[in-house]
Amino acid sequence: MMAKKLPKVDVLLVGFGWTGAIMAQELTEAGLDVLALERGVWRDTSTEFGVTNVQDEVRYRYRSELFEELSRNSLTFRNDTSQTALPMRKLGSFLPGTNVGGSGVHWNGQTWRFLPSDFKARSHNEERYGPLPEDMTVQDWGVTYEELEPHYDTFEYLCGISGRAGNLNGKIQDGGNPFEGPRARDYPNPPMEMVYGPTLFADAAAGLGHHPFPAPSANMSQAYTNPLGVGLAPCSYCGFCEKFACANYSKATAQTTLLPVLMQKKNFTLRTESMVLRVLKDKAGERATGVEYVDTNGDTYEQPADIVILCAYINHNAHLMLLSQIGQPYDPRTGEGTVGKNYAYQITSGVTLFYDDKVFNPFVGAGALGMAIDDFNGDNFDHSGLGFIGGGYIAQWQTNGRPIESHPTPEGTPKWGARWKKAVRDSYLHAIGISTHGSVMSHRGNYLDLDPTYRDVYGRPMLRMTFDFTDNEHRMSDYLTDRAAEIAKAMNPREIKVSRRTGHYSIVPYQTTHNTGGTIMGTNPRESVLNKYLQSWDLPNLFVMGAGAFPQNAGYNPTGTVGALAYHSAKAIREQYLRSPGPLVQA
Amino acid sequence: MRKDGLDRRGFLKVGLLGGSAALVPATAEAREYNGGGIPWQPGEASPPTQAPLESHQFFTVEERRFVTAAVDRLIPPDDEWPGASDLGVVDFLDDQLAGRFGRGDRWYMQGPWPKGEDTQGYQSRFAPAGLYRKAIQAIESHCGKAYGGRTFAELSGDQQDEVLTGLEKGDVELEGVSGTTFFDLFLQNTIEGFFGDPVHGGNRGMVAWKMIGFPGARYDYRPYVSRYNEKLDLEPVSVAGMTAASIPGGRG
Repeated sequence: MMAKKLPKVDVLLVGFGWTGAIMAQELTEAGLDVLALERGVWRDTSTEFGVTNVQDEVRYRYRSELFEELSRNSLTFRNDTSQTALPMRKLGSFLPGTNVGGSGVHWNGQTWRFLPSDFKARSHNEERYGPLPEDMTVQDWGVTYEELEPHYDTFEYLCGISGRAGNLNGKIQDGGNPFEGPRARDYPNPPMEMVYGPTLFADAAAGLGHHPFPAPSANMSQAYTNPLGVGLAPCSYCGFCEKFACANYSKATAQTTLLPVLMQKKNFTLRTESMVLRVLKDKAGERATGVEYVDTNGDTYEQPADIVILCAYINHNAHLMLLSQIGQPYDPRTGEGTVGKNYAYQITSGVTLFYDDKVFNPFVGAGALGMAIDDFNGDNFDHSGLGFIGGGYIAQWQTNGRPIESHPTPEGTPKWGARWKKAVRDSYLHAIGISTHGSVMSHRGNYLDLDPTYRDVYGRPMLRMTFDFTDNEHRMSDYLTDRAAEIAKAMNPREIKVSRRTGHYSIVPYQTTHNTGGTIMGTNPRESVLNKYLQSWDLPNLFVMGAGAFPQNAGYNPTGTVGALAYHSAKAIREQYLRSPGPLVQA
Repeated sequence: MRKDGLDRRGFLKVGLLGGSAALVPATAEAREYNGGGIPWQPGEASPPTQAPLESHQFFTVEERRFVTAAVDRLIPPDDEWPGASDLGVVDFLDDQLAGRFGRGDRWYMQGPWPKGEDTQGYQSRFAPAGLYRKAIQAIESHCGKAYGGRTFAELSGDQQDEVLTGLEKGDVELEGVSGTTFFDLFLQNTIEGFFGDPVHGGNRGMVAWKMIGFPGARYDYRPYVSRYNEKLDLEPVSVAGMTAASIPGGRG
């Protein structure tokens, strides 16, 4: 069937979550006509996320109402190339969103900056520790912390992040994270008020010589009006953030920070229920000409545009690049090609503490409520002789007491039956957890490509994910877990349960929705898909947002860096590309 | 079912009401928003639907007998607190399996179906409803052979635990279906029914929440943030706006 051709727009955004809303706001301000195509539907706080409705674990967490529907488009997975990849038939390890606002609707709000050394992961580590192992395909980002600092700042002020600076223009601040890169000014809001558990963690960590600080949070510590004039409300600590929408306008999302302004604009159009199938190129293969999309009636359309920006979740951006034959697909045997290269993730572990004499009321929580230490993140500590690079933060969060998901039991408790029931009952109010959140370095065998067998509902080959944790990640995660256990013991619980991340990566248990890589940025087209402005090396009028640009994953949640990279890219488009629409970096 | 993007109720309603300038049909099935502000419409909301307190839509009489006995081994009653079936978990499961969840509407269910690695997750060709049906039949067949013609519900508690443990560990081989796959889903769904909001039919009277001290769907705990190491004993509420006392059969 012939696709109907629609009138051309200046800018076409594929997907309308965090990065779509940021780019729409920035580029409409530059006077451009911007169209966003979103596969899902419109939704907003007042109508969809009612204060009396959202605290529903069955409906949202376990029946996935805010998450993407795999029946339409999933991916296949295997640990290594010796296995046959099989479809992810139901959601597990990660939970991408759909509909307006994307995954940003159901995030926790843990909003970090990466370390200055994270952006130079290869050159920094090689300089300090010597050559990296051959199969570790870690790369420098091509952008520096110093270049991103103003854009981290913009994103934090857009969101109203609650926190305490640890490094103001090079001066270390008491009570903040002393390891963070220098920031030009403090967070827009003070830290959240702490519940009991994080205070015990902070005391014990400080006693061991670490440097605890309140974790940066997109849950509002007080009422806030952002620079666009959009207001957010104080967090009510209801404990339904991650996997849920906020009913209270208290968590920064596209809905609560950008859409009230953007949706007023005549030069912005949002078209929902429009699934983009591929990016179209001109005959010479030198420019993107637009996209082909399908509506829910099955009718296809050609939407031409001068600039195309992929703003979908990382697997979908990589999928579109591969399906549209843009750039050279990565080949793990030769190490050549770039599209799909360096897929990475996050490695997490935890220690649960059980007390007889303390009550924690775990239901009084928020997604980013907690105290953390950064002493063992990135290269904040000497890795000599440890056998790994990278690290992560260690935190005592009190995110929730939702009982289907959170019913800790001591070591040795069966998974069901009378003893399980009694242990759940005895532990619920009296247990807390310390979690570790580790980096994942890129590795030659971890990548994305197209599956040879399984197809999505649109008839396209699905994306194939090949991924496993390597020795580097296991050693690093064990090291973090040991540090977490030391802190746990110093908190004097009755007993602890240590949950290490062992063995092969599994797509079954929920870990984090922090998938990275596949459309990585870098210093040259031989090693990367995008330049430092997230511009395609192959098609200069194509930009690709999101954590797919990360050449490897740092030990932090990605959203702060995703936001900063988007603002950095938008600035380059506004100030350089529009004047001279070509490559912003010469290959 | 607006969330799947297939229902055009919102669009049609806007059209009938005259709508706002913000919302005009772009194409046959997509919607377009341009310049009219947040496209808010009165009466648009997404409240939960109360599941029936007694659900008889999916399980046969025999299946219901199995499920009732089995959930009460997974979460048994004790001297102080009721077990899973007392709190409506069987009705919860019946209602869930009769609907979208049972059909696996959101799951990717295309073949081929080779046996996968554990790390690759669920690879059964059955959606939940089919898996329950097939597995219960196979478990009863196993019980008949292993326990002298008796059904699962007729076994002693210890024997029932033996069967369930065999499924959990993969020691009991079932005809045409993986016992472990079924057990994992069955245990997960049972916990969902036990601890889920009563709007879905389980956790009657919010008794499971009272058992552990979870106050349910409250949304403002600001007064309690700084009350360290203090048991709060807050009366739970559900998303249906109910308190324990207002639910039929609820224990206030």
